[in-house]
Amino acid sequence: MKSYILKSAQLADGTETDIVIEDGVITALEAGAKLDAEVIDANGLMALGGFVDLHTHLRQPGSEASETILSGSKAAAKGGFTAVNAMANTSPVADNAAVVEMVFNLGIQAGYVEVQPIGAVTLDLAGEKLADLGLMNSSKANVRVFSDDGKCVSDSLLMRRALEYVKAFGGTIAQHAQDPSLTKDAQMNEGELSFKLGLAGWPASAEASIVARDVLLTEQTGSKLHVCHVSTKETVDVIRWAKQRGISVTAEVTPHHLILTEDLVKEYNTVFKVNPPLRTKTDVMAVREALADGTIDIVATDHAPHPEESKDCEWAAAANGMIGLENAASVVITAMIDTKMMDWARFEEVMSSKPALIAGMAGQGKGIAIGSPANIVLLDPSISYEVIDESESRSRNNPYLGMSLTGKIQHVFFKGRQTVSSGKVLEIDRDND
Amino acid sequence: MKHLLSVEDLSIQQSLDLLDLANEMRKTNVKEIKRLPALSGKTVANLFFEDSTRTRLSFEIAAKRLSADVVSFAAKGSSVSKGESLKDTVITLEAMGVEALIVRHSASGVAKTIADSAWSNAAVINAGDGTHEHPTQALLDALTIRNALKGSTDKSDLDGIRVLIVGDILHSRVARSNALLLRKLGATVGLCAPATLLPQTSSPLADESYLNLDEALSAKFDVVMMLRIQQERMNSAFLTGQLEYSELFGLTASRFELLPAKTLVMHPGPMNRGLEIASRVADSAQSLIKEQVTNGVALRMAVLYRLLAQEG
Ligand SMILES: [Zn+2]
Repeated sequence: MKSYILKSAQLADGTETDIVIEDGVITALEAGAKLDAEVIDANGLMALGGFVDLHTHLRQPGSEASETILSGSKAAAKGGFTAVNAMANTSPVADNAAVVEMVFNLGIQAGYVEVQPIGAVTLDLAGEKLADLGLMNSSKANVRVFSDDGKCVSDSLLMRRALEYVKAFGGTIAQHAQDPSLTKDAQMNEGELSFKLGLAGWPASAEASIVARDVLLTEQTGSKLHVCHVSTKETVDVIRWAKQRGISVTAEVTPHHLILTEDLVKEYNTVFKVNPPLRTKTDVMAVREALADGTIDIVATDHAPHPEESKDCEWAAAANGMIGLENAASVVITAMIDTKMMDWARFEEVMSSKPALIAGMAGQGKGIAIGSPANIVLLDPSISYEVIDESESRSRNNPYLGMSLTGKIQHVFFKGRQTVSSGKVLEIDRDND
Repeated sequence: MKHLLSVEDLSIQQSLDLLDLANEMRKTNVKEIKRLPALSGKTVANLFFEDSTRTRLSFEIAAKRLSADVVSFAAKGSSVSKGESLKDTVITLEAMGVEALIVRHSASGVAKTIADSAWSNAAVINAGDGTHEHPTQALLDALTIRNALKGSTDKSDLDGIRVLIVGDILHSRVARSNALLLRKLGATVGLCAPATLLPQTSSPLADESYLNLDEALSAKFDVVMMLRIQQERMNSAFLTGQLEYSELFGLTASRFELLPAKTLVMHPGPMNRGLEIASRVADSAQSLIKEQVTNGVALRMAVLYRLLAQEG
């Protein structure tokens, strides 16, 4: 394998260092006399552990027109990720060992990031019967996080059983918290604006009430809960309470809930239709503060590609979801670092080390340290750029088009192999392995 | 003005101009030959994805009185029922060459989506989008109120007039458009409904809110506008049942008795006689319901004229 020397990079703690990559591993933090290594000038660039996304919709199998594991992996690499966790709501659903192994293998074939399948909690996401949680865990894909994401495990007893069942192998249930009866036909955040626009509302209580129930079930069962895409102030309050009580709960926030608000729905522009919906400024401030103070543990993209026909239609008929892998880091930098709510050490934690820990990915999130796998992102924090309609994703439902964001991904290394160079995704030359 | 999508987009001046023009149109409507050549050679398409015979007919008569050609597209039995998308339906009509699309749809925002899209260049008139807006209804109601209280030659706004809207505020596009427009024109608007049918947050649309109809009626409104209550509200825990609704929120004969003789009653129709409004009330001398329908044609003529007559 090719060796690299990254010259004069800046680490999250502010120190400047050279980074030597040999055989896929960081072998030194000072440049020795190594002749056959490619030298990359990293002066002015931040060197951080490769990002880990706990919440990615890669759409394969079943919706390859929107995304494939290869196209999604490239989009992830471009965004500085070296690992993604693929959600289970594919077609067929990833509710058995065969599908999760297929996704796992396609991820290895693609080769841009580590693709870790998430398994469904219930068969066919139907919320009625537990899926083969144990067999998915013992499969080659070694599934450790289970989620019906897109749907809520709303039945209380089933949720309790799932939490209990996965204790045998230290699994985590990742909940899409949405009380289905409180959100029937819901189209956007409930409030003054939803009333004015005549769109059925998605009340904050429909999220917080499920989270409240789930943290109590988690306490009772002694299991592990992860809360997907926290979007409201009320949910933040419940999680803060649960953590103070010592309950084993972690939580994520999406980039879009850190920066976009419901006002964007005013024109019925379907690119802003997402579930959970965009909320108010108060909610955005609450999730930002929660991410800064650790109540919310991580950022996860909820990258949700959709083909044009699912968005070029009336609001009510449009699909929920937005793509997010490529701009995720810039959004977090703009929302959290530019505003001085977070430093780079916390940034690395929420983007890399903590999601790796929750996902149980041993080779990820180890940061820039001698002996760590060379999963590294080099980003330029000084660049501001306008988001243009250009993506490695097969879909174009990007809510940030035209926005000005800070921080650009320049170079990415996945297990010591360069996947992104000067912002461009490289074609992988597998013969050189 | 290229489209008429919502009351929110209208300035006070544009709104008053439409009311004044509608009164001019009313003069035509009582003549022997009720036809003006203004839109001769232009084609107007009624694009109704949701049944509404009265609104469709009102627009159709309005367009014909201005000599436009009118085509009607009803979703039932059309390609839409076979799964054709909104986009393809609009593109198809555009390709056939229409100057205006009059759109009624069960989903909020559809008229706006069509107007903003690359699917069509036609003028878009919102004839009711989901639970969002119904701007021509609000304009015809404002016209009816002004004519009834100030006379048809008056050109002023509605300053000082108090209007109470009663019923399913939450799901009513008529309530939204009316409250927005009446307040824009200076009127004071009160809303009255059970709490399940009012917005939960402080209402952005009303000056006053009431959970009790008798209390509302004692607050000296000049106009009481009753809304149609849908049967389906009884089935999803918004309401308890017809009897209770009628007793608590209906404009019954006995409630009507207690109102001053100058209080006017309106209803956008179609009415549930005996449910939200008693027959005696609807047919009384204080009722403006027939006048609303008459004004509907004149107002829609004014809208079509403003959107289509001046351009090329
Ligand atoms: Zn979700």
